[in-house]
Amino acid sequence: MFSYLLRRLVSGTVVLGIVSAIVFGIFFILPADPARLSCGKTCSEELIVKIRHTLELDQTLPVQYGRFIKGIFVGRTYLKGTPAELNCTAPCLGYSFQTDQPVTALLKDRLPATASIAFGASILWLLIGLSSGIVSALRRGTWIDKFSQGVALGAASLQIYFVGLVLQFIFVNKLAWLPAPGYSSPLHYPVDWVKQMALPWITLAFLLSAIYSRLTRAGMIEIMGEDYVRTARAKGLSNRTINMKHVLRGAITPIVTVFGLDLGGLLGGAVITEYVFNIPGLGKLSTDAVANLDLPVITGTVIFSAVFIIVANILVDLLYAVLDPKVRIQ
Amino acid sequence: MSQPAYAAAQSVTGRSPSRMAWERIKKDRTAKVSGSVILIFIALAILAPIFTWIIHSSPDAFHTETLNQEFGTQPLGKLGGVSGAHWFGVEPRTGRDIFLRFVFGARTSLIIALSATVLATILGVVIGLVSGFFGGKTDLVLSRTMEIVLSFPSILFALAVMPVLESVFQGWGLPQGNGTRITVMIFILAMFGWPYIGRIVRGQVISLREREFIEAARALGASRTHLIFREILPNLWAPILVTVALNIPTYITAEAALTFLGAGVIDPTSDWGAMLLASVPFYSVDPMFTFIPGFALFMLVLSFSLLGDSIRDALDPRSSR
Repeated sequence: MFSYLLRRLVSGTVVLGIVSAIVFGIFFILPADPARLSCGKTCSEELIVKIRHTLELDQTLPVQYGRFIKGIFVGRTYLKGTPAELNCTAPCLGYSFQTDQPVTALLKDRLPATASIAFGASILWLLIGLSSGIVSALRRGTWIDKFSQGVALGAASLQIYFVGLVLQFIFVNKLAWLPAPGYSSPLHYPVDWVKQMALPWITLAFLLSAIYSRLTRAGMIEIMGEDYVRTARAKGLSNRTINMKHVLRGAITPIVTVFGLDLGGLLGGAVITEYVFNIPGLGKLSTDAVANLDLPVITGTVIFSAVFIIVANILVDLLYAVLDPKVRIQ
Repeated sequence: MSQPAYAAAQSVTGRSPSRMAWERIKKDRTAKVSGSVILIFIALAILAPIFTWIIHSSPDAFHTETLNQEFGTQPLGKLGGVSGAHWFGVEPRTGRDIFLRFVFGARTSLIIALSATVLATILGVVIGLVSGFFGGKTDLVLSRTMEIVLSFPSILFALAVMPVLESVFQGWGLPQGNGTRITVMIFILAMFGWPYIGRIVRGQVISLREREFIEAARALGASRTHLIFREILPNLWAPILVTVALNIPTYITAEAALTFLGAGVIDPTSDWGAMLLASVPFYSVDPMFTFIPGFALFMLVLSFSLLGDSIRDALDPRSSR
């Protein structure tokens, strides 16, 4: 188990290194001069030269990448030995071209909004998806099964950027039940936090629960035909115990896998959701950075969300072994 | 595969597996309905220029006379200006005909999604075949590559590389504009899509390559190319077809999402994602403008998903819904 974890962590780090190298390198193909991007429209040639020196853009690509990686692990100092020394502590991802803020600080600043969306929505979609899937499986073939699976099929074909606008039109503009979506700190304004997050949560949960509902239903129906379920029934266990302890337990593994990957992807930035609802999270940070060609922020957000994806992958595989006794990790 | 030996009985006509699958599809009502919806969308996309002739307008023509004359912003009349001349209403601020933009948008969506599907499938199948067949170091490198591609936050990265690739493609002599942007989008979608099909093909090849008929062909002295493309590939068309059918909707929505986020097709080319993006400032006063591209996208994606499910069920009689 331990050596497996270690191996996965090492290979995850290697993948992350390659992802970061690709992201870092790709912007050097761009004809735009990063120093000029950083400087803005009214910029003198002297200033550009100065910026190039400050941001160490006058170095070769491998040197720049090496210093970038070093910055992530041990921090880095720009303009070393001069009075204007800039100390960027680890994990250092450089400075935004737009606001001059450290990218790490920006990420830290935006993470709570994204995490709020991800956790709130995931609880909702698990509840909706699992319960409707369980009901469908137990009442297979009845109108309630057909209805919930029909809704699930439709929901799985809908888009956040469409449903989000429609719900916003109904609940914010027409009925005025909710304020415009946004983000307030749950610690200081818990009520506002819930009200502003409600629409993103509902939209995401509605669309994503469809997949969980279908997975739960299919999984449970398959397990119901297994011999061990018949044995449990023969032992005289109650239906409730059989369905919850044996059938659902057997069907849960693929659901956990999909859930881990969805959550990991979402934590790295709910790009479309944040864009539609105008929520200042990581996704909005990255779409804004792309619009402004703010290269350090783009690089930072891509690497940051790749970390979430890779970590989620490792966690899911470990959980798999815990949940499914048939899987043995070597 | 060889001919089944028992097909000799005279009264029984031999039916190939593909023929049986086709017959199952023909009996499936869901498949018929969803297939027809898809055909209607394709027909609309192909016939788009005919509508410009029927309506006497073009998707880019401004009809400012249909807008509120005091402010020149909102369409006059009910439901975003629906009328005999403008079947789906007109766009706020410009008065462009929404029906025409909808049919030409179907063109853009389908061209990008289908080309990306074809490109990703070719790449995925070839790489999956090579990776699974050769094994060893080749397999290690190729499956690691798949793993790396799948670790990218794809939407985010696609957004970021759009401008970069656009300038690269322009450097290769492609003109500035939507033609190049569409090419770049197809390329990016395929780049992130191929590992999904590659993984499946690789898995299938690994189990097939140990089978007796491969061994027999090898013993007869068949070349590797012959083994891969003549012996293994024909056995894979069912899983490939199912994956392709189920992947098309993903490409349609990915294209619309990228365009919606501002990294795809831009004005004046019609596109559903672009229409949704353009509708954002107006959704509270002119919901019809949001509804049309959104609903079209929903119908197309739903139909492709349903058809994909039906194809899967037809090719694999054991699977049941």
